[in-house]
Parts: sequence; structure tokens; C-alpha cells
Amino acid sequence: MSPTPSKKSADAAAAAATATQARSSATGLGGGGGGAGMRLIVPLQGVVQGRGGLVLGTLIPCALFYFLQFYLRRNRSPPPTSPQPPAANGPDLPGIVRSSSRNFLSARGSSSHAAISSRAASIARSCDSPYFVGTKKCSEDPYHPVDNPDGVIQLGLAENRVAFFYPRKSFILLLPFGGLIPVRSFLSIVVGLLQLSLDLIGDWLARNVKDTLLDERQGGLSISGLATYQPFDGLVELKMAVAEFMGQVMQGSVSFDPSQIIMTAGATPAIEILSFCLADAGNAFLVPSPYYPGYDRNIRWRAGIELIPVPCRSTDNFGLSIPALERAYNQAKMRGVKVRAVLFSNPSNPVGNLLHREALRDLLDFVTEKGIHVIADEVFAGSTHGTEDFVSMAEVLNTDEFDRSRVHIVYGLSKDLSVPGFRIGLIYSFNEHVIAAASKLARFSSVSVPTQHLLISMLNDTKFITQYIKTNRERLRVMYALLVNGLKQLGIESVKSSGGFYCWTDMSKFMKSYSEKGELELWKEMLNVAKIHLTPGTACHCIEPGWFRLCFTTLTEKDVPVVLERIKRVVDKH
Amino acid sequence: MAKKGVPLSEMATSDTHGEDSPYFVGWKVYDEDPYDAASNPSGVIQMGLAENQVSFDLLEDYLEQHPQEFGWGCGVSSFRENALFQDYHGLKTFTRAVALFMEQIRGGRTQFDPQHIVLTAGATAANELLSFILADPGDGLLIPTPYYPGFDRDLRWRTGVNIIPVHCNSSNGFRITLRALEDACAGAESIKVRVKGLLLTNPSNPLGTAITRPVLEEILDFVAQKDIHLISDEIYSGSVFSSDEFVSMAEIVGARGHEERERVHIVYSLSKDLGLPGYRVGMIYSYNNEVVTTARRMSSFTLVSSQTQKMLASLLSDKEFTENYLRTNRERLKKRYEFVVEGLSNAGIRCLQGNAGLFCWMNLGELLEEPTVEGELSLWNLILHEAKLNISPGSSCHCLEAGWFRVCFANMSQQTLEVALMRMKDFTEKMKAKQMISSL
Repeated sequence: MSPTPSKKSADAAAAAATATQARSSATGLGGGGGGAGMRLIVPLQGVVQGRGGLVLGTLIPCALFYFLQFYLRRNRSPPPTSPQPPAANGPDLPGIVRSSSRNFLSARGSSSHAAISSRAASIARSCDSPYFVGTKKCSEDPYHPVDNPDGVIQLGLAENRVAFFYPRKSFILLLPFGGLIPVRSFLSIVVGLLQLSLDLIGDWLARNVKDTLLDERQGGLSISGLATYQPFDGLVELKMAVAEFMGQVMQGSVSFDPSQIIMTAGATPAIEILSFCLADAGNAFLVPSPYYPGYDRNIRWRAGIELIPVPCRSTDNFGLSIPALERAYNQAKMRGVKVRAVLFSNPSNPVGNLLHREALRDLLDFVTEKGIHVIADEVFAGSTHGTEDFVSMAEVLNTDEFDRSRVHIVYGLSKDLSVPGFRIGLIYSFNEHVIAAASKLARFSSVSVPTQHLLISMLNDTKFITQYIKTNRERLRVMYALLVNGLKQLGIESVKSSGGFYCWTDMSKFMKSYSEKGELELWKEMLNVAKIHLTPGTACHCIEPGWFRLCFTTLTEKDVPVVLERIKRVVDKH
Repeated sequence: MAKKGVPLSEMATSDTHGEDSPYFVGWKVYDEDPYDAASNPSGVIQMGLAENQVSFDLLEDYLEQHPQEFGWGCGVSSFRENALFQDYHGLKTFTRAVALFMEQIRGGRTQFDPQHIVLTAGATAANELLSFILADPGDGLLIPTPYYPGFDRDLRWRTGVNIIPVHCNSSNGFRITLRALEDACAGAESIKVRVKGLLLTNPSNPLGTAITRPVLEEILDFVAQKDIHLISDEIYSGSVFSSDEFVSMAEIVGARGHEERERVHIVYSLSKDLGLPGYRVGMIYSYNNEVVTTARRMSSFTLVSSQTQKMLASLLSDKEFTENYLRTNRERLKKRYEFVVEGLSNAGIRCLQGNAGLFCWMNLGELLEEPTVEGELSLWNLILHEAKLNISPGSSCHCLEAGWFRVCFANMSQQTLEVALMRMKDFTEKMKAKQMISSL
């Protein structure tokens, strides 16, 4: 199952050349302002002098030169900030990739020490994006029902803590509540507790963990078993356990083959590794929007792949539109950009809707016709709370005659099993060459072996897992209903969604202007007046302004009225 | 999948992963026929894996005495915190413990600020991250030869960065010279590759030697003069047989100014010194704030499990344990090394004088049919299939002199090592006899 024998490591240089070209737009303009100008003037003078004489010959090139300077100045990114202490990190504003040209220049010029690469420089500067500002405020002034009732409530985080709450118990307040930050962001987490009641998984652990790690069957105290080098793409036992879990979670209508699994340290590297395998730098993926902001970093950054948003409309309930995909594909083609895959999330993040069988089949038809891949990000598959059934891409393949080698699924345990800290994600591919390449690339993002063993034990306890999945879904359902109904009372409609940790709400009527600017202003108001951090649609590349994602899994039932009251503050003003 | 199928990327189909090199081929042969004293006594003995198993018992004892370290105790709430914890800065108790551990290894001669630590899932990831951060595709990294074969993959595959070898030879014990560095730079220039950094492994893999202070000073001067970065891969720092023989780049940098310090980045991991490769704990320690910031963001692709961090935090903070571990580990490695060198010497085989690591660098030049790569590889093949020993040929480490091999000694029991040395002795005797006969 080795990759197609091909060229030698000159490929690295070839890939490098492609990559350099892809970056030329970012690095080319910066320092060459004056030089480029001069290169324009001289030939022009020659051209013009023949007809218009000296005057024109000087005027026109000079005018052009000044226009060029003006153009360049407008397109330079803001001057770099002075080096900050390492603690001050912030998330990028997804979708706003600043030209790295200026940074590249100054990284070399401003100090005499060695510069970092231009691809690193482009994200090295701390961002002052709204998203960063919001998350920072959450950590500086975190809400707590007793200690800080006026603090900022974090609703911008798709973390599942409902699995840890036992609804009927009352609060025992121990520590100040802190806002947690999304998996894909950069600030420190201020971890807090709301309840001391036994949670589901913790409970299981209290009963089982000692046996897990001190398992006599694994050879004494099993340090050797735990510690030595293991296959980078995950222990066979874990793949088997995870395959079982996936089958269960996706409601048993499809079974997963462990040999098609590559385990990775979270879904983040899974997506990146897939990207490296399916496309070259400078190629593109079509991504129905609004989409998860993390993709912009995970896929663009090192793999150098462009993401082309394919807008979905509120009139379609933000459902996938094949004609829109078709249009986007053709537009890319006209620009000379090679589309290599369609990437979509199902259940969708941020909208929360599910793709039904027909839509999945249509999508498969589309990618087959175009000769491209499809990546299904199904990380929320087990976190459905609506009445619809979740249908995995794998299930559609089961019943139909499609070329499977173009289908790849991303999954992980961060969402469905609430263990994002443990870093357990995976690629599930039907393409043996991708499996071969990805299993080697997994060495850069391997799952820690003791964590693997812990999960093997936990997942093999099928009784517990069944109960967990069921209870988790019920709690999500309760929280979702509470929040959505409450918002409805305030005149805020949400898209009917069936999965995920959030609701996708329309707050456009409260914007001062129906525009991106209006949306960001409303977002700021929510943050500063309502002291609530939401994710604005712009961050998700939503083309219709005014949509916001509200995550509810960091809340308890008692928090919901507080959240609604806060939102009311802003709503009442409009 | 008989048909052509949807095309994959160039990266997926290239062989920059390097797994077809003898270094890795030997492992496969071992996997198919692994030695076991009882069940497969004629199997291949793995001497190509630089893994440390000599001090496992110390870890196991610790676990037995502190079982609560490996769970969450009765604090279910602490489990919750831990399972949700994804801070890229890492668990404070853990990074502090790691910083302390690194200081201990260096005999307290340096100080490490936990805020400058960026955790990664293994040193493999740390090296790749630095390659991404310090160089652009097409740029070059200088690496003294012979070097760890994995670098060809880890530093180049996804990054598109080139490796420019800095050739060292046995005339001076494979020490890195200014001349070699300059030659390498000139070479890079001639092929229009922009050099962005120099990567040192100290102590060296595969040589098993710690780089001396004067050489380190010279190297730092060199990188400052060339305005490039310096990566010091110190993953074997705890495996130097005598602690005062190791000089860390951190010590050199201490006496230097800010501008030089900012070029230095140290890579560390628990895989070798603590013998925990499966745990996937590595890190970058950089004096450069911009690099720390960027590396931290990029570490999103390669975070260390929060469970693992918690598990190790107490172990590493236990000063009594770590002092004892480091001291005992060093002693045992030294003993092993001396045992191997003596055993090889009895077989008439010379080794480079080493003072660190999990391996020794031996010379079989006399046994080569011809002093070329082909000669070396044919000898390597013979050793693999006849003596049933998997050792690493110097050519996979880009050594320009044929006949050098790396032999790992810490990844097996004493008994297995004895068997291996016997086999080596038998093999060399047979070879020498053959040579004598054919020369008649």
C-alpha cells in the first residue's frame, strides 16, 4: 500500500516552487515599490517619446509612477507592532489574511537579527480583530453567577460542558467561572467549575481509571506498553474502539472499518493532513458558507490552500446549493485556480443543520463529475438534538455506486465525548493512497499513548457509552430549546437546526445598517453593553449580515435567563 | 482501486518521507522476524532504534508508589478541568516541571522560563514547526553530517525546505569546523538557496558525542555573522554519561547579548531521556518572542494531551525522583556504552570515542569490499541477513566516509546485548577469514 512510485525528493523543490509562486502575491509588492515604479517609467518613456515628445514622455510615466506608489501604499498592511511578550497571543480574524509583504520587509529591516519566514510573519503579529477583542474580554472579566454577575458571558465557544452537568443538582460554587476559549484559539483558558456533582465521564473514571493504567494484563505495571514507540497513526485497539463508537454515534446505520482510520492529535491536524494529501499549495477547496472560522487557519496557513466560500442562503435555510457550487467552481476555473475538493461540515458549524441523503448524493454526483475530492467534517455527528436523523457520508456510500476513493471523513472525540484536552481526532478515508500518506504524516500529530489506553477502556464499555450518548443528546436538546425559545420571545429567530452546540440566530433587525459594518457594531454592542461574546457571521464568511452563532454548552439552565436578560438590554435599545 | 482515481497532491505521492532508505528498510526486516530469547532466538536483533529502556524500572517504581499521579484521584472535578483544558501554553504545573527538569539536566547552570516553552507532540513536530517558522519553501537549513536520517523527512517533507549538509569527517573526530560551515554556505549560494538556519544535535545523533564549549561558541559567532537562526536539538542532553561534559546552547547564550540570543531555539523531548516516546511530549524553547508566539499558534496542530501533561507534572516536579533518575540513567548508559565498546573491541572493531546518547558510532571500514556507499550497503545487508543485526549505515546519515555504522544499545536487555555482540564477533571473524582467503 505504498504511494505511487514517482519522482525523487526534487518534488520537495517542485512543491516549494509552487508554494513560492503562490506566495508571490504576498511577498512581491512590498519592497519593490520604488523599483517597480522605475521599471515602468523607462520603457514608457521610450514608447511615448516617439509620438508625444518629451512632455508626454515625462508626464505620463510620472503620473503612472505616482499612481503606482499610491496603490502600493494603500495595499500595505499596517506597520508591525514591537515584539510583545509571548503571553499576549490572540486568534486571527479568520478570513482577513493580511498581505505579508510589509511584514516580510520589516521583519528583515527593522532589527538586525534573523527574520522569521514570511509565512510565519503573516500570523506572528498579534491581531486586533474584533474576535480577539471579544475573547480577551471574556478572560479578563469572566461571568460568575455569584462572584461576578456582571461579567462577560462567553457564548462564542463550541465546548461541551453539558455532559458534565447533572441537571437536578444545585450549584455549589467553588471557583470563579471563567470563559473557555475555542479549541482553535490562542488565549489562556481560565478554567472554572460550576458544580461539584458527579459528571458522567468523571464518574466512570472514578470507577475505572486505576485499572486502565495499571492493567496487569498489559504486562505488570505496563509502563513499557505505554511508553515505547507505537504506530504513529494509533493503536489498533483504539481504532477498533473508535470505529465501534462512530457506528454507534451515527445511529448504527453504517459500520466503520478500523483499517481506514488514521488517528491524529485532534481534528485540527486531521483536516490539515488531509489538505496536504489532497491538494498542492495554490489549489483551492470549495467550502459552503457560513463555515467554521478555524478552517481558514487550519487549511490556508501551512498547506497554502485557498478556501472559496460558496454562499448558502437563509431562504434555503442555509442548505447546500449545487448550482452555487457549480458557479463557484466555474469562477475558480476562469481565474485559473484549480479546485481539488469540496469541504463541508455535517452537522454544520455554525448553522447546525444536517444534510439529508439526497443532498449528500447530489454532492457526490457533483464531485464525481468534476473529478475532485469531498471532505466531510462530521465532528458533531454524535451531538444531534433535533428530530432528524444524522446521515453520514459513509452511509450514502454504502448504498450507492460512487467512486469511494474521493471520499474522506474527519472525526474526533473533542465534541461528542467532551474531551478536547486529550487530543483525539481522526481521518477516515476510502482512499488507500491517502491512508498510506496520512499514516506517515500522523507522526507530527500523534495521540499520546496513555490517553489512547484510557479511551480504549472507556469506549469498550459499551453500556456506559450508550447511556452517555443518549443522556448527552437529551441535555443538548433541553438547552437548545430553552435558549431558542427564549430568544424567540425577544423577537430573535433561529434557523431550525438539529445538531451542534449552538444556534444560528438572525439579529439583523437590530443593526443600524444592513451591512458588515452594522453587524460588527452590533457585535461590539453585545460585547460591551450586554457583555456577551457571540460569534459574528462575518467571521464565518456569511454573506448575509446580521447572523450570529450562540453556543449554549458552556451554560447551565440557570444561566439562560441571565443571557436573555442581557440580550434584552441591547434589543430594547433598537 | 484499479482505475487511476482522483489525483492526490505531489506531497502525498512523493517519497520525501524517506521510508525506502536502508535506515527504515532494516526496521521492516526486524518487524518481520524479531528476536526473542525464548520464542525466536535466531531472529533479527534491533540495534537501529535509539530508544532508552535501561531505566524503565525507575519509572515503574515511581508509578507503584504514586498511583494517584496517573489518574485524577478522587477529584472528579479535576478530571473535568483536565479533559477540557486546551491552552496552548500548556498546563502551568507541567511547563514549570519541564523547565526545572531541563535545568537539572544542565546541573543548574542555566535557567529556563516556562513562558518560553512551546509544547509539541514530540520533538519530530518541534523540529518541523521550527522549519516552517524559520524558513520559507526553497530556503535551506545547514545540518552537520552525519545526522539523524529522520531529518530528511521531518524538516523537508511538508515544509519544502532544503537541507544543506555541513560535512564532518573522522580526521578530527567528526567535529564541526568553521571551514566546513563556510563551505556549506558557499555551496548553498552557488545553487541559489538562501540559508536561514543551522540545526545542531547536541549531543550528536549518530555520533554519541557532546559538542565542546569552544565549538559551540564558534558556531554561535558564525550564525550571528551570517544573520541566521540556530536550532539546538538537545533531546539527548540527559543521556550524557557525565553531566559536566554537556554544555547546552542555553549556557553559551547566557553570556551573550540579546541580538544573538534571539537566534537560538532549543528543542527538547521526553522520548529519549525519560524513555517515554509513546507519550508524545516535545517542546521548543526559544529566546525569540516572535518565534514563541508563532510556534505557540502553530502548535494547534500538535498539542500534548492534557491528561499526559497532568500525569507527568508531578513526576517531573519530584526533585528527589528526577535527581535519582538522571544520575542512575547516566550511570547505566555509561556502563552499557563501555560494555559495547569493549565487546566490539574484542571483535577488532573500533568506535568513535563517545560520551553520550543511546548508541555508538562504529567503524567497519576494514570489512568493506570497496570504500564506497555500495560497499557499505552491501556490508550492511550482509550484517542484516547473516548476522541478523539491524544497525544503521552511515550513508543513511549522510556520512561521506564509507564504513561507519550506528549501533544502538539501550533498547534491549543486557542479555540480548550480549547475544548481539557475540553475533558481531562471529560475523567479523568470518568476514576477516574470507578476506584472508580471497587475498591469497
